[in-house]
Amino acid sequence: MSRVVIISLCDVIGYNGAMNQTYVHLEELADSIVVHAKGDWTLYSEPQINSELASFHPSKKIVWDLSKINSFDSAGVLLFMRFDEQFRAKFEVDVIGYTSEQQRMYELLKKHSVKEAIPERSEGMLSALGKRAVEGYREFLEFLDFTGYLLVAFLRYFVHPKNLRHKEITYHIERSGLSALPIIALTSFLVGMVISYQSAVELAKFGADVFIVDLAGISITRELAPLITAIVVAGRSGSAYTAQIGAMKITEEISAMRTMGFDPFYFLILPRMLALMISLPLLIFFADIIGIMGSMFAASLELNISYSQFIDRLQEVLAAKHFWIGIIKGPFFAVLIAMIGCFRGLQVTDDTESIGAQTTASVVNAIFFVIACDALFSVILTEWGI
Amino acid sequence: MGVIIEAKNIVTSFGDTVIHDDLNLSINQGEIYGILGESGSGKTLLLKEMIMLLKPTAGEMWVLGHELSKIPYNEAQSLRRQWGILFQFGALFTSLTVAENIELQLKEYTGIDKKMRDEIVKTKISMVGLSAHVGGLYPSELSGGMIKRAALARALAMDPKLLFLDEPTSGLDPIGARNFDALIMELRELLGITVVMITHDLESIHSVIDRFSVLADKHVVAEGTLENVLQSNHPFVERFFKNEYTLANYNKRARHHHV
Repeated sequence: MSRVVIISLCDVIGYNGAMNQTYVHLEELADSIVVHAKGDWTLYSEPQINSELASFHPSKKIVWDLSKINSFDSAGVLLFMRFDEQFRAKFEVDVIGYTSEQQRMYELLKKHSVKEAIPERSEGMLSALGKRAVEGYREFLEFLDFTGYLLVAFLRYFVHPKNLRHKEITYHIERSGLSALPIIALTSFLVGMVISYQSAVELAKFGADVFIVDLAGISITRELAPLITAIVVAGRSGSAYTAQIGAMKITEEISAMRTMGFDPFYFLILPRMLALMISLPLLIFFADIIGIMGSMFAASLELNISYSQFIDRLQEVLAAKHFWIGIIKGPFFAVLIAMIGCFRGLQVTDDTESIGAQTTASVVNAIFFVIACDALFSVILTEWGI
Repeated sequence: MGVIIEAKNIVTSFGDTVIHDDLNLSINQGEIYGILGESGSGKTLLLKEMIMLLKPTAGEMWVLGHELSKIPYNEAQSLRRQWGILFQFGALFTSLTVAENIELQLKEYTGIDKKMRDEIVKTKISMVGLSAHVGGLYPSELSGGMIKRAALARALAMDPKLLFLDEPTSGLDPIGARNFDALIMELRELLGITVVMITHDLESIHSVIDRFSVLADKHVVAEGTLENVLQSNHPFVERFFKNEYTLANYNKRARHHHV
């Protein structure tokens, strides 16, 4: 061998930048090119080795010299395999200077190299849309199924009321009724206040100050208190039902209950629903009081209507029917919230993401259906002239 | 062979409950080390202390030359890339496919391009004995044994030098469990990995584990090879290794060798 030309790959590709270390060193001999691999052939250096080798276009026999490799891992060896294969397709290739460890790793990876591609799981918009539609239809059917089961469980309750967990019901009344009092007090007080405050300005223009009482009294008892209470309860308890039942489904507690003959409708869902049917009207009553107190407070501040004046006027103008209509809405909203919350909980599948998705869906659906139900009430009652 | 994990006078307690009291053990590089003990003896807690999920109440835990209670954030982060962990129930990310689970760290921590990442992922999937199409499945679509294997593939993604396994063979059928053992042996052989595993599997203790420690009464009551441990006359060791079932197995094995 007389003529030995040593070229650094950096010179070949004209790279003279930040590269402070090369992993490949080419040595051109008369009848072959020696590829000296050196340094750490690992996960972290792989991108650079890859770019170094990719810019090398061999023209004759190739000899890999692996003797200067410090350390290597499967990424390094896989990279070697890839280029080795490429070179072998065109030229004769020799490998020298490898250790037995490198050879064993090579053999291990060779044994496990797979041609088959990993299937992609992304899908087109159209197929996603179709899937959603089918999914929606399936959910609807399951909801009907759920409603049927619940109705049967409910009817059975009247036949054998002793079977029901009365302790559970009181527990849930405490959890979703009693402990909701502070937040409901706060929201209804603020809403009552805001209603008065906003209308006070307009009413004062007409000198109709005292009508604030009619306005606040009727709107709060008939519409606002039930709606606000239901929305707060949907956010607080509906989501909790979904998460509890969903978690129980993931940990297979529900399957365990079923196999022991404990009907989850009886043990989990009905107590929650009945508890909410009892506590929601009571919460609405509570929200009525606090809401009116809020508007009383704002009226006395803004329009100088004293508390006693406000209450006198309230007794005159607020017909009992408004109050009763508000209260009656309670059990309806309660059934919607509890049903949706529990149904969404049962829809939870084995993965953690679905708990989040179902809880969100539970709150969104419950609020939507509560408002829709309220609108229905409004239409029907207006038609009936109440 | 240096010591790469050393627990010195570890105390773990929650309120009045003391789990570990002055516990010591050391793990050498390149060995397959087992942690054995009754349920409630704090095996998983000890493992959690080794991988920085839990801080011991007192004592020092040395891993790969770092004392974990005083390790700075950056060093802790780079230490975390040097090990792989197989959790008892896999702990695969449910929103990602198996392939994406394995690919995650490669994507975050290295500049390897997509094509090569795919290549690495496919090799790891094949190494743990799964077929390529499993890579496209979500964890909820896998069986228990497949989850274990996929989780092992994820633990191996970064070619760690240190592998922690929490009950790797529990929940696998006997044949699957033996294959898993063989796989661990092969990986240690080829990649020079140090393996720390919690196990109850007598078969694993006989066939793959080099040394192990027995946790009982808040201490390591015996540590070493199976022979060393068998010399102990601690009640738990007596119960676990010197019962009729284990002895019968022993004899069967011995007879087998004679034939």
